[in-house]
Amino acid sequence: MPKKLYLDKQSVDFYEKVKEISGETITLCDQCGTCSGGCPVIEQMDISPAQLMRMVMLGDKEVMDTKTMWLCATCNTCTVRCPRELDVSKVAEALRQIRLRQSIDQVKIDEIPKDILRELPQIAVVGAFRRLTS
Amino acid sequence: MKIPYYPGCTLKSAAKHFEKSAIESAKKIGVEFVELPRWNCCGVVASLADDDLMHHLAPIRNMVRVLEMNRDGLVEDEKRLLMLCSMCYNTLSRSNKRVSENSEDLDAINDFMYKEEIDYDGSVETVHFLEIIKEIGFDKVKKAVKKSLKNLKVAPYYGCMLLRPKEVGIDDPETPTIFENLISSLTAEPIKWNNSRRCCGSFLTVDNADVVIELGSDILEDAKNSGADIIITSCPLCAFNLDNRQKNIKEKYPDFKEIPVVYFTQLMALAFGLSEEVMGFDGNFIDPRKLLKSKKLIK
Repeated sequence: MPKKLYLDKQSVDFYEKVKEISGETITLCDQCGTCSGGCPVIEQMDISPAQLMRMVMLGDKEVMDTKTMWLCATCNTCTVRCPRELDVSKVAEALRQIRLRQSIDQVKIDEIPKDILRELPQIAVVGAFRRLTS
Repeated sequence: MKIPYYPGCTLKSAAKHFEKSAIESAKKIGVEFVELPRWNCCGVVASLADDDLMHHLAPIRNMVRVLEMNRDGLVEDEKRLLMLCSMCYNTLSRSNKRVSENSEDLDAINDFMYKEEIDYDGSVETVHFLEIIKEIGFDKVKKAVKKSLKNLKVAPYYGCMLLRPKEVGIDDPETPTIFENLISSLTAEPIKWNNSRRCCGSFLTVDNADVVIELGSDILEDAKNSGADIIITSCPLCAFNLDNRQKNIKEKYPDFKEIPVVYFTQLMALAFGLSEEVMGFDGNFIDPRKLLKSKKLIK
């Protein structure tokens, strides 16, 4: 007998929000783990990209408190390998956007020492501010 | 061939040596870059949120400039826009693809750009310099070689933005060959290694330098263990993370041995026998001249 999973309204709303921003039908994920296997930053993550997908699928808002979405450098390795043609980097972006759209910045520009800012190329600074600030 | 060229911010500052070596090397294979008048920042990273159209505006405004160049006779019926920087290539290509395939998005962007003299029609094609080299032919590159790079073992480093996602990648995302073919045509030896397509950590270098140091260390060790003398790239952010960050890798791992990382166009300039000023090796953090002198490739 197939078992059915019932989610409460809050969880459904959260899932729908992520789906709307990312444009990805996250429930298509088979949890095969290919994304996690190829992720270059997985060692530093607290949950794997596959776990991130699973938590979003279940509408589990606790995913917002994990580090993983902030460590995704959008290298798109998972994107080109996903057998379901899902783009995990867009799901991570949606989670970042949910936080950033509340004007909660991940990187505080004032807190970056000036000598480090001077050393970094523009391409790094603009890229980081685009991905990690509101 | 005269082709519209989009430089982007970093090629006018930290990566001037990339631009100069590219422009002069291109001339040797019959390509003239015509810089886009009034180009603006592409935003570095592509907007990934489906409901965020606004961040595509800056990239698309550059497409209007390409149409203007054709109108004003700066180029002749050439609607391809050439990039050197991998990040710019990726961002401009993804934005261009989105609006070219979605007329509602295109209309909305054009509404925002109502002060422009020309509406964008989706007709510009974004290309990376490597694609143009491939189109011209590697045999033509070989004919332009004045100095043999025999015995120079080169690790081709693609990084992410040239290859992924598939829709904008310039080659197969898993088994690319374009850099290898270029290296061979420059009479150097391309090495086989595992990390040619691995991410360097990108913009995480700003808030998570340690992640970048670890990735960089892995990538560089693999290149050296696979026999590389030198690494080539086409991305100024990869260049920073793999070249400048060797200083930080050395601080963390004192036994670490440095390896030069240069732009592929610097290798072209070297093989084409261009001047020291054009090669611009003084712009690289780990100076490649010591290695090149030991290989008797420069004086």
